[in-house]
Parts: sequence; C-alpha cells; structure tokens
Amino acid sequence: MSAVAKIWGNERARLLVGVGVAGLLLFVVAPGVLSDFRLNLLAKFCCLAMVAVGIGLAWGRGGMLTLGQGVFFGLGGYLMAMHLKLADAGPGGVPDFMLLYGDGTVPAWWEPFRSPVVTVLAILLLPAGIAALLGLAVFKRRVRGAYFAILSQALAAAFAILLIGQQKVTGGTNGLNGFRSFFGFDLADPVNKQMLYYIAAGTLLVMVLVVRLVMRSRYGELLVAVRDQENRVRFLGYDPALVKVLAYAIAAAFAAIGGALFAPIVGIISPADVGVVPSIAFLVGVAIGGRATLLGPVVGSIAVSWAETSLSERFPSFWTYFLGALFIVVVAFLPDGFATLGRVRLRRRRPGPDEPADTSDDEPAHDEHEQATASAGRTA
Amino acid sequence: MEALVSQLFAGLSLGSVLLLAALGLALTFGQMGVINMAHGEFMMAGAYTAFVVQKSIADAGVSLLVSLVIGFLVGGLLGLVLEVTLISRMYHRPLDTLLVTFGVALVLQQLARDVFGAPNVDVRAPTWLSGAVEILGVGVPKTRLFILGLATLAVVALGLALKLTPLGRRIRATVANRDLAETAGISTRATDRLTFFLGSGVAGVAGVALTLLGSIGPTLGTNYIVDAFLVVVVGGIGQLKGAVIAALGLGLLQAGIEYSTTASLAKVLVFVIIVAFLQVRPQGLVAVRTRSLA
Repeated sequence: MSAVAKIWGNERARLLVGVGVAGLLLFVVAPGVLSDFRLNLLAKFCCLAMVAVGIGLAWGRGGMLTLGQGVFFGLGGYLMAMHLKLADAGPGGVPDFMLLYGDGTVPAWWEPFRSPVVTVLAILLLPAGIAALLGLAVFKRRVRGAYFAILSQALAAAFAILLIGQQKVTGGTNGLNGFRSFFGFDLADPVNKQMLYYIAAGTLLVMVLVVRLVMRSRYGELLVAVRDQENRVRFLGYDPALVKVLAYAIAAAFAAIGGALFAPIVGIISPADVGVVPSIAFLVGVAIGGRATLLGPVVGSIAVSWAETSLSERFPSFWTYFLGALFIVVVAFLPDGFATLGRVRLRRRRPGPDEPADTSDDEPAHDEHEQATASAGRTA
Repeated sequence: MEALVSQLFAGLSLGSVLLLAALGLALTFGQMGVINMAHGEFMMAGAYTAFVVQKSIADAGVSLLVSLVIGFLVGGLLGLVLEVTLISRMYHRPLDTLLVTFGVALVLQQLARDVFGAPNVDVRAPTWLSGAVEILGVGVPKTRLFILGLATLAVVALGLALKLTPLGRRIRATVANRDLAETAGISTRATDRLTFFLGSGVAGVAGVALTLLGSIGPTLGTNYIVDAFLVVVVGGIGQLKGAVIAALGLGLLQAGIEYSTTASLAKVLVFVIIVAFLQVRPQGLVAVRTRSLA
C-alpha cells in the first residue's frame, strides 16, 4: 500500500506543480508579455484547445475516433452567435443579415435565444444531448471503430451543408459575424477583450482538471477498459455503450463551450469552421501532443494553432504540406504523441492482438486501435 | 409519370457516380479494414489525368478512352505507393491509417493546387456524348448514360475478376479469413498490394468519368469522399453486392428527398435515415458472416 500512496503523492505533487505553472503562464506571463492582438489570438487558441481536451477524452481515453467535433464546436458557436446577434439588434429587433437575406422577421425558434440564460443552458446541454442521442443510437448497436468515425464525419458534412443551405437563418457561407457586445460588454473595448481571454484560459484550465477528475474516478478506469477490451467489460456486467456515450457527450459539451467562446473572441462563426476538414484538423494537435495524456492535447493543439498562424500567412502552400506531413509522421511513427516521446523506445512492440479467439479478429473493420494505445493508457 | 422517370434517372445517375467512387473503397475496406481518406484524391488524380491527356490528344473522343486507361494506372500506382510506404506499416491500427491517409490527402490536394492552379479546369466531352437520349419521354444526357454504363462495366469486370481469376480467389479468401488464407499458403501481403492497386485504379477511372459532369478542381475528391464512405457503411464489408445496392439506394433516396425538399435538407435526412438503418442492420446490408462479438 505504501507504494500506491507514494505514487498518489507524487501524482498529486506533479498536478499541483503542473496547474501552478500553467496558471502562471496563462494568467501572469501571457497577459504581461503579449500585445492585445497576440493575447486575442491566444484566447482563440484556448478555444480550439478546449475541443482538443474533449477529443483527448473521447479518442485518447475512450478509443472513439470522432471526425466530427466541428459539429459541436459549430453548434456552440452558432448558439452563442444567435444570442449576440439578437442582443445587438435590441429587444424585438431583427439581426441585420436577416433583413438582407430573409423576410425581415425573426423565426420563432430564434426567439428563446434573446435570453442569456436560455443561451448558456442551450450551449451546455444541446450539443451534449445530440452527442448522447447519436452515441446511444450508434454504440448500443455496437457500431464502432471506423464505422463510428465515418458516421461522425458524415454528420460534420451534413451540418456544414445544412448551414450553407439555410442562408436566411444561418447567414449561409458568410456565417454570423459583426458582434458588437458580449452579455452587455462592448467588444471593441480592449479591456473586455482581455476579460474574454481570462474567461477562455480559465475555462480551459477547469476542463483539464475536470478530465483529470473523471480519469481518476471509477468511471475513468471503465472508459479505458472499454477502449482496450470492450467485450470483457461487457462480460463483467457493465454496459460499454453507456460508458462511451458519457465520454462522447462530455467531449461534445467541451467543444460547444469552445465554440461559444470562439464566436465573440474571433468575431465570426461560419461553415468554414465546422466542416469535415476543420473537424479533422482538430485531431492533429491532439495526436501530436499525445492523445491519451492529460496535457498533451492542450499543448499540441495550441502549438499547432500557433505554428499555423505564424507560418501560413507567409507560406500558405508550405503550411498545408507541413500539416499533411505532421499527420503522416506523427500518426505513423509516433502514435502516442510527443508527450510520450521518452517512453517510445521502451515500449514493447506487439505484433498483434494477444487475445483469446473471442475478439473481432476476423472483422478488421471493427478492430479498435487497441494495440496502438494500450501502452498509453497508463500515462495519466 | 415523367417527373417520376426523370427523378428515377437522376437517382440512378447519382447512384452510379457514388458507385464508381465507392467501389474501390469497398474493396480495400473489406479486405484490410483500412479507411483510405486519400481515395477522393486518387479520383482527383484521375480527373487531372484526363485534363493532361486531352492537352496532348486533341480528339476528345480518343482522349477520353485513353484517359480511362491511364487514369486507372495513375490511381492504381498512387494506391500501390501508399500501401507499400505507409499502410503496410500500420497493419493493426486501422483507425490510425485513416489519419495518415488524411495527411496524404492534404498533401495531394495542395500538390494539385500548386501544379494545376486553384481555379477549376475543364475537360471537353467528346461529340458522341453531347446531347440527350429520349427514354420514356424524358431527355437523359448521354454523359450520364455513359457513366451509368461505365459503372455497370466496372462492377461486372470486378465481379468476374473476383469470381474467376486466381487473384480474385485470393482476395475473397483474405476478406473471409485472413489468418486461414495465410495458413493456406496465400501471400496476403501481395494480395493486399494488388487489391489496393485495383481499388485505387477504380478511383482513377471514377475521376476520369467525373470530368464529363463538370469542371474539376483540387477539392473534387472531398466532395465525394464522405458519400462514398457512407455507401461502404450501408453496404457492409461484403463483396460488391452491398456497395451496388447501397450506392443505387442512396442515390435514389437522395434524389427523391431532394425532389420534395432542398439539397441541403436531403443530406441531413439521408444521414438520419442511415443511422436509423444501422439500428436494424449495424453490420450493413451485406456482411461476411463471422462469429465475432462485434
């Protein structure tokens, strides 16, 4: 028992140090060093990192490769944007783009979002609810692996097409933009911009802590167990579908909160932020940082966003090659990401499933990437 | 009546395009469980092949036929290179191959943008494909009929190849039970390579066919890849039968819903219907019988 206590003690000390350093960097160093413009960029990266934290939970810990987080990011962003547009228009007012494309009236289902309370509740509950519904439908029928990935991707494609098609209520390809205030605070004021940064950074930290709490719990153990040996968990009397649904719903809620803060920070939410390609692009930061680690997705996501902003303006075509190469090299040769670089050499290379014949060997489509990440499960 | 027939043809035509896009995917997915995100870019490569060939052969009729052959080889070789360099290294990690091939897709798209330019380019259709044919009182464009014929030909040719040739036997054996096939003396590695060549080659042919429907650009592949994946999911990982039924079914469904609503709503409704369908048959329409728990 003393060994366990020792590890627990170490873990806790490591966490305290980690949170301290992260807090210091985010709340003291960054605002002190960066210009307002750069700080706003960092706020945007924090929003993207929130999606990455969720993906780390669903994919890294739960083994669910979701190619459609853009949907939930977009839902959060659009819900927030609807409220901001309505608030800008004033009580009973009509948002400008509706006067332009629509018939000049606010549709009935927009009306509730005049209320900030309804909006915040919707951001927290609606995307998570949709994820839970889809998750139940899919996981209950034991659809998983590549099939789930394809379905989540199809959802992203359908969502983007729907947003573009319903221009009268969504602004079409232009999306929703030109917000003037955020819950009564003037967005043009640099002080309020800074406040938004603090909100985003704080939310991100809280999310990391929530994931840690979840992973330390009995549920967290179950989630990893489902990833590695779903059938054994089933034989023990648990329902793997419910375990997966919860992680997927949490990931969706995180993505939605990221989107909801993204809209006022960047000033626009459009179909270009939610489709198939941005949805998959979210994954690269997670993969690079280390999908099954706590801080890997955050650090990886922020690093990739930072590199993209600084490189793509000067060399747009180089950046795409670079992103493609990153995907290839990291996933093929460093599947557990940079956070586990030190452990890669020690990792035992396993040729195949060391499982009894009851696993889905003869149906490769349903094989999870169990072997690849089995060793990463310990890196909490 | 005429509206019905015209919708029927719209659906069939969409279905045949989907089928061409999904045939190769179904083959490689069924065999190796690999989701090849670069499949759409192989189609794009086929389309640009047609563009390049037409620059050197002025006669549009001849250049189309030549393009079909060269497009098959270009797609096939791209697939072979991808299989040998990357996919074969990540054998037990099908989900990771999905990400790797997405990286390849990004690179190929940018390559096309740098070589051919970002704006779309056009390939002239041959004169013997211009105009329409009257069928049951409805004018059907000849190009659409040609693609329908091409899809049929591809299915029949692949079907016969799988049924009759030694390679086809090896492919079927590997799909049914990889370990047993290996034990029986089949080199599944070589079979994988040839399957990938074949499947990617069909993607190249699909790309050439798409030049008949409109202009082509670097994002051509992304427009079709998601639908092609859905066809594979609905069809199941069986042989070609599933892909054929699923492609035509989804094509008809999409065209039918589009007729009464809008294209964007149809996409969402088709997605909902597919999820509902998976409640009934999670393994897809046609699946290889296994005793696995999944």
